[in-house]
Amino acid sequence: MAPADAINRALRPVPAWALYVIGPLPAIWFVWLGLTGGLGPEPIKALEHRLGELALQLLLAGLTVTPLRRYAGVNLIRHRRAIGLLAFFYVTLHLAVWLLLDVQIWSQILADILKRPYITIGMAGFALMIPLAVTSNNGSVRRLGPAWRRLHKLTYPAVLLGAVHYVMLVKGWQTEPLLYLGAALGLLALRLPLQRRRTVPS
Amino acid sequence: MAGYRNALKHSDITPKADWLNRRQLIAGAAALGALPAAPALAGLGAQPSPYSTDAAPNSLEDITSYCNFYEFGTGKDDPARNAGGLTTDPWAVKIDGLVDRPGSYDLGDILSGVTLEERIYRFRCVEAWSMIVPWAGFELKALLERVGVQPSAKYVAFETLQRPEEMPGQRSRLLDWPYREGLRLDEAMHPLTILATGLYDEPLPNQNGAPLRLVVPWKYGFKSIKSIVRITLTEEQPKATWNMANPREYGFYSNVNPEVSHPRWSQATERRIGGGLFARRQPTLMFNGYGEEVAGLYAGMDLSEDY
Repeated sequence: MAPADAINRALRPVPAWALYVIGPLPAIWFVWLGLTGGLGPEPIKALEHRLGELALQLLLAGLTVTPLRRYAGVNLIRHRRAIGLLAFFYVTLHLAVWLLLDVQIWSQILADILKRPYITIGMAGFALMIPLAVTSNNGSVRRLGPAWRRLHKLTYPAVLLGAVHYVMLVKGWQTEPLLYLGAALGLLALRLPLQRRRTVPS
Repeated sequence: MAGYRNALKHSDITPKADWLNRRQLIAGAAALGALPAAPALAGLGAQPSPYSTDAAPNSLEDITSYCNFYEFGTGKDDPARNAGGLTTDPWAVKIDGLVDRPGSYDLGDILSGVTLEERIYRFRCVEAWSMIVPWAGFELKALLERVGVQPSAKYVAFETLQRPEEMPGQRSRLLDWPYREGLRLDEAMHPLTILATGLYDEPLPNQNGAPLRLVVPWKYGFKSIKSIVRITLTEEQPKATWNMANPREYGFYSNVNPEVSHPRWSQATERRIGGGLFARRQPTLMFNGYGEEVAGLYAGMDLSEDY
């Protein structure tokens, strides 16, 4: 456990607000790249993709917090809320770029949400994250009590929907989105045995 | 800038003398180090064509750095990064099937019999983006007439090179390699259908399908198969790679049609590449705006069925 202790010690002085300061910087960087030609000849799709991919990475990072603590002894729990809220921040930007820069046409946006499964699925994932973002504060944790933990299990379907959305939007079965889906399934599978242990004794 | 680097590499390995002799150009015009700043600095000497659009072409950098060529990776910038190592000389095209003079035709031989034209075409990708591309090429019809199409032939099948050592994307089984495409014979014989060997009057960069590719401007881009090594005249409708991979999404015809949606996105509008972060979408035109020339090919067909 020595490396884990070292990591925990090193992280102890990092204040919880640090991620809120660092986290949005990539968004600013992506937009800057998009405005200055750094995202290639088609910056809208590139920006949309970068934001969505980072959101998915943050969602997956959020899901590693518990296994890291349980199996490696590394404690990042203090930063989990920031990771989750940043994931929501990037999903929202991703959606905003799709709405405002990519599709642009409102009638088409509605048609796409209803008619195109990968967009329906992406929107569903976003919708699941709204109550999570709204209740990611100490007041809500207190008020909701045990219900808060149950509510925040919505992260699991949200991350799955995000990964499936990525797999479905590319042409053919591409490796990278499948790796994200595999990571999401793996991280969720780590939670299964524990659930079973809990339910067996009762 | 990767596009420029690769283009230069391509010039290095393309037998320049061949191109220049054939086109009878001043040697200096296509100096190795400099890509033309404007099309006016003739390289291949492609002749202007009445089939060209008046629209301003995309920049060479746009065209060479934003490509779908899955043989070199699925990212739009992968072909520019990975296609530099493709050997395009020597290059031969096997022409077989229902033709009078089948055989393996050397690229130089194929090009010696044709006059290159500049065809500035609209290019519409099935992914709902578009470009204006100044191709240099010749009508496929000229080649087919030269090899002699037999009366029983109804379709033309095309195949891309399969060489995983030089085409890293072919090491994955994403698609059923080699890439294949096909046209109905009347589509293949249409004067708008060209085999392109150049771009901006210079030899085609590898990432754009060097040394010889098909361009069918009224169809979605994936029909315009790249780096062709085989052309077969057939009686049966040939297999086409994306159609095999997902027949619901990619029909054999794949004519540009704003009224028939791709199952995952609308085809009603498109975004012209090069407009930056705030580019507006524009309406997609039936047959990509070539309806006057090609609509007759599909008279009586239900294009929502035969998409």
